[in-house]
Amino acid sequence: MTTLQGAPRRRVSRKAVTAWLFLAPSLLVLVAFTLYPMIQAGYLSLTDYNLIRAAEWVGLDNYVELFADPAFWNAFWNTVLYAAVVTPVTVVLALMLAVFLDRQFVGRAFVRTSIFLPFIVSLGIIAIAWTFLLDPNIGLLSYWLSQAGFVAEQGILSDPRWAMPAVMFVGVWKNVGFYMVIYLAGLQSIPEELREAARLDGANAWQRFRNVTLPLLSNQTMLVSVMALIATLQAFDQIYVMTHGGPFFRTETLVMLIYRQGFQELRFGYGAAISWVLLIFVLLFSMIQYLFFQRRQVKY
Amino acid sequence: MATTRKHRYTSTQSIIKWLSTFAGIVIALAVLLPVIWMVFTAFKPESDIVSYPPTLWPRELTFEHFGAVWDRIPFARLYVNTIIFAGTVTVVSLLFDSMAAYALARLEFRGRSLVLILILILLMLPFQVTLIPLYDLLNSAGLTNTLPGLIIPRITNAFGIFFLRQFFLSLPKDLEEAARVDGASEWRIYSRIIMPLAKPALLTLGLFHFQYNWNDLLWPLIMSADVSSATLPAGLALFMGQHVVEYGLLMAGSLLSLLPVVAFFLIIQRSFVAGIATTGLK
Repeated sequence: MTTLQGAPRRRVSRKAVTAWLFLAPSLLVLVAFTLYPMIQAGYLSLTDYNLIRAAEWVGLDNYVELFADPAFWNAFWNTVLYAAVVTPVTVVLALMLAVFLDRQFVGRAFVRTSIFLPFIVSLGIIAIAWTFLLDPNIGLLSYWLSQAGFVAEQGILSDPRWAMPAVMFVGVWKNVGFYMVIYLAGLQSIPEELREAARLDGANAWQRFRNVTLPLLSNQTMLVSVMALIATLQAFDQIYVMTHGGPFFRTETLVMLIYRQGFQELRFGYGAAISWVLLIFVLLFSMIQYLFFQRRQVKY
Repeated sequence: MATTRKHRYTSTQSIIKWLSTFAGIVIALAVLLPVIWMVFTAFKPESDIVSYPPTLWPRELTFEHFGAVWDRIPFARLYVNTIIFAGTVTVVSLLFDSMAAYALARLEFRGRSLVLILILILLMLPFQVTLIPLYDLLNSAGLTNTLPGLIIPRITNAFGIFFLRQFFLSLPKDLEEAARVDGASEWRIYSRIIMPLAKPALLTLGLFHFQYNWNDLLWPLIMSADVSSATLPAGLALFMGQHVVEYGLLMAGSLLSLLPVVAFFLIIQRSFVAGIATTGLK
């Protein structure tokens, strides 16, 4: 009797031990190198700290300074502007490319691969090629643009008006293929009969797209938009390489500012405060994404 | 009558198809412009690079940059660093991620949902928040400017755990139940039954990890004080920032840096793209 009762219970607890052993390596690393630093960043943001001096508690001083700091607001609005332009442009372009590449034609696979390629190469490295293309003296793209009548005297990347559009352009170029692939998968899951039925009802190509395809892609659109938005809020690589946040801080985003304050001016407390602002920003949009996943799970 | 209409129909169809091909090729070439520029410039002598007007096609061919890049930059060092960094992270992370994912998908224990919530939260938060404390932590452990310092925080990944958990959940339970009845240990079930079934997912996640770490700029940039302890993206960016810009050299170095990821991608392109499409939707 006792053995019969005891046996399953002991098995359950042994199972639990096994489960925790399987989890242990990942959990240790995640807690030590992700969770702890995140909480620590919150603590550091309430201190005055650099590598040499011990952390000194200053309460909310960093945040008070932050909200009065023109450099912070500049980076904040640059980030908002970057996200507000790059997100919709990337998503719409990805959709257009997906619709175009859903059709059958010779060379389609090559075109798809070409558009996807920027997504897998290093943005930091390929941004060197972009910088060179835009070099005012020896850059091919600058030369072509000047032939077309567009001249930026000191070069596009040094021009306060054009530096931001240039890094935005590279941001779109980098990720559009990724979202295009998600859209393509969505398009392939739409039954051909639906579009065929609309065709037989006399709907033209635009009406079929507007009234059949687009509504059926709303899940993809939602997903891609949130993913693109979160990614744009963290823009760094091409900006670091192409403009370093300049000219006159015109392309300095929040992550660039964290890098500058934290690792160039070694103001760890202040940098941590900026990173917490970014955290809240991203968390807000991530929550939307999470709710979206939840909703989908309920639907299935 | 019927045949002519059908004929006209197919000929407009084929014109549209050829126009699509033409438009597609133009778009592809425009997208590939920086890559094409990189490749051609890498083979141009410095005199050609600086002459005006710039041309896409090299006026003269040379291989000098591919030799010089190893001397002017500690390029071999960067390359080895990047291979060790991205390679170790990929292999160890696949092991740890899949172990954790196995526990979360296949084993029942108290606290499971709590762990899952923790992983979802870590998945959402931007990693940039951890940079300063992480640097501080690794610095006090004397691990900045070292490969272990670069590698250790990356050897598991909340996304990887979540991704594999979802995949494991989709596998049928029959096989492992049979093995369990036969008295097989969980480790045996994990390593002999689940892992072989998970090969496509592991391949996709492996390329994810590999390209993410191979390409990463910010993390290696922070962890390395100079070019010699950096990875390729950080090293090339630092070199570009510190010297008079030598584009021929940089383009040759860049080209060599991109090759492994591009090759890896082209080899397993199919499952990678399928993997992206499905992870995006799951």
